Amino acid sequence: MEPQQGQGKPHLPPPSLWPIGFAIGIVCILVGLIVSWPAAAVGAVVTLVFGFLWVRDVTGGYRRRDVVPVPAAGGPESGTEGAPAPPAATGEAGMPGPEPGERFPRSVFLEGATLGLGSVIAGIVTVPIVGFSIAPVFQHVHHDEIDLGPITNFKEGQFVVTTFLRDPSEGEISRRTAYIRNNGFIDKLPSFTVLSNRCAHLGCPVQPNGPMFEKQKIQETTKTGDVTLIPALPAGGFGCPCHGGQYDQEGNRTAGPPVRALDRYEFYIRNGRLAVGRTYSVSHVDGAGASAKIHKYKETGPGEHVDGPEQWFYPLQPPT
Amino acid sequence: MPGKRDRKEQMKAAALYPLDWLEERSGLVGGIKYFLFRKVPGDSGWWHTLGSATLTAFLVQLGTGVILAFYYKPDPNSAYQSVQHITNDVTLGWLVRGMHRWGASVFIILIFFHMARVFLFGAYKYPRELNWIVGALLVPLALLEGFSGYLLPYDQTAYWATVVGININGTAPFLGPFLASFLRGGSEIGPETLARFYSIHMLLLPGAILGLIGLHLYLVVRLGVSSPPWSKEAAGRERDEPPAVPGSGLVNPSPRGVTKRPD
Repeated sequence: MEPQQGQGKPHLPPPSLWPIGFAIGIVCILVGLIVSWPAAAVGAVVTLVFGFLWVRDVTGGYRRRDVVPVPAAGGPESGTEGAPAPPAATGEAGMPGPEPGERFPRSVFLEGATLGLGSVIAGIVTVPIVGFSIAPVFQHVHHDEIDLGPITNFKEGQFVVTTFLRDPSEGEISRRTAYIRNNGFIDKLPSFTVLSNRCAHLGCPVQPNGPMFEKQKIQETTKTGDVTLIPALPAGGFGCPCHGGQYDQEGNRTAGPPVRALDRYEFYIRNGRLAVGRTYSVSHVDGAGASAKIHKYKETGPGEHVDGPEQWFYPLQPPT
Repeated sequence: MPGKRDRKEQMKAAALYPLDWLEERSGLVGGIKYFLFRKVPGDSGWWHTLGSATLTAFLVQLGTGVILAFYYKPDPNSAYQSVQHITNDVTLGWLVRGMHRWGASVFIILIFFHMARVFLFGAYKYPRELNWIVGALLVPLALLEGFSGYLLPYDQTAYWATVVGININGTAPFLGPFLASFLRGGSEIGPETLARFYSIHMLLLPGAILGLIGLHLYLVVRLGVSSPPWSKEAAGRERDEPPAVPGSGLVNPSPRGVTKRPD
């Protein structure tokens, strides 16, 4: 019950200014998270202090009431010896009251048994359903190497817009695009730059900032599905149509909202043919071409930082 | 003419008999009367119809959605074609799809008008706080309906908007990547994504929304409609005449005596 109750007057909570300070603190935290850590810390302090004062204010009536002396146990209600059972406010009125010494009457046992069995049954039913619905999150997906055809299709120093089926069993819906550049040889080993076209902001497909030579298009049919190769000249790097993220030819972010560089595919040379495997994330790339130093991280979703303090927001990643 | 009157009485009894039969066995007639013929404040007006308008918009979504599901195929290879089939070939399919598509926006807009009305009228105050909370739970469910329904036509806009939407979820701290993975049904958007969005859109969320709307309406009926703030009878103001039920500060005390408190 409320502390004060007027006759015919509606309940109105006492006006309090603490919530305003509390709200300001929350805003300060949120802005601080983006702008600066000290501001967020100040916001947290403000929130805690005002929250405490608010709760204290609201619960004041209850706490004051507690001070009122309560009649000692064994007061008027339980005073009379051998009094009849309390009024039949509960549904057990029809049943004989428990024996004085009986601590665990049958009705309580039945109630407990019903609830206990019921929850066991509910659990047995729920666990497989929940597991079934969230299982894909924790499943490793096996990606076969995707054969992209002979490496002679990739002229040295030229970007080739390559589309292929990531998972041939899924069909066209798994068609992915990579921007592949042959960097020539490094220590007699061929070097390729294989950029994923997935924007590191929110996953839209980035486009080459420059012409694509559709007339030089090559269609290859490999054992992992159809592959199309279109040479391109992304002189201005790559740009995302969704929110304007810009990248240079190494996939480094140059402008816009992306939080890191473009992801890359691991690549293999098999009998003179180029193949791609898993993707990995890249914070940034130093240098260019064959001598580039790639700062490589485990594959991470778009919009997630892989370095800097913001990476602490993503300590765990679902398997990919 | 007594004969004619007798026959009139007989006709009336025959007409009412099914209702009486139903009432005696279920109490439904009385329940519906109790639900529909409630007392409302004398100065409630058009503003108070926004909730019913929202409910109507939801029922339209429900009806058109069920019919669209007759023809829609939640499979990446045929989803787009089935939507084209609905739009171009099925009789009045364009109309039903249009109602569902535009009605979705109407539903969301009406929700926020209704919310604004409740907020500006102060109708969320005691004893209706719980109903505000139920409504505040309905808002994100309605927005999720919009989000999950947007993928279903499976055109370029739908696909990339969903990619962006899922990845925005993925950037939430700590559990975000797992949430995104759950929504995709794996690490990549594929057939599973469309199937689970379809299921979420037409089974999970409508069920949850229907349940919460039921609770919402129950609380409206139990607590009654609040007066507008300019009302002379508004809660929280001194009244000239004594309240209808002694000990109650409510304008419309419910018949079940919710407001009866020990004084």
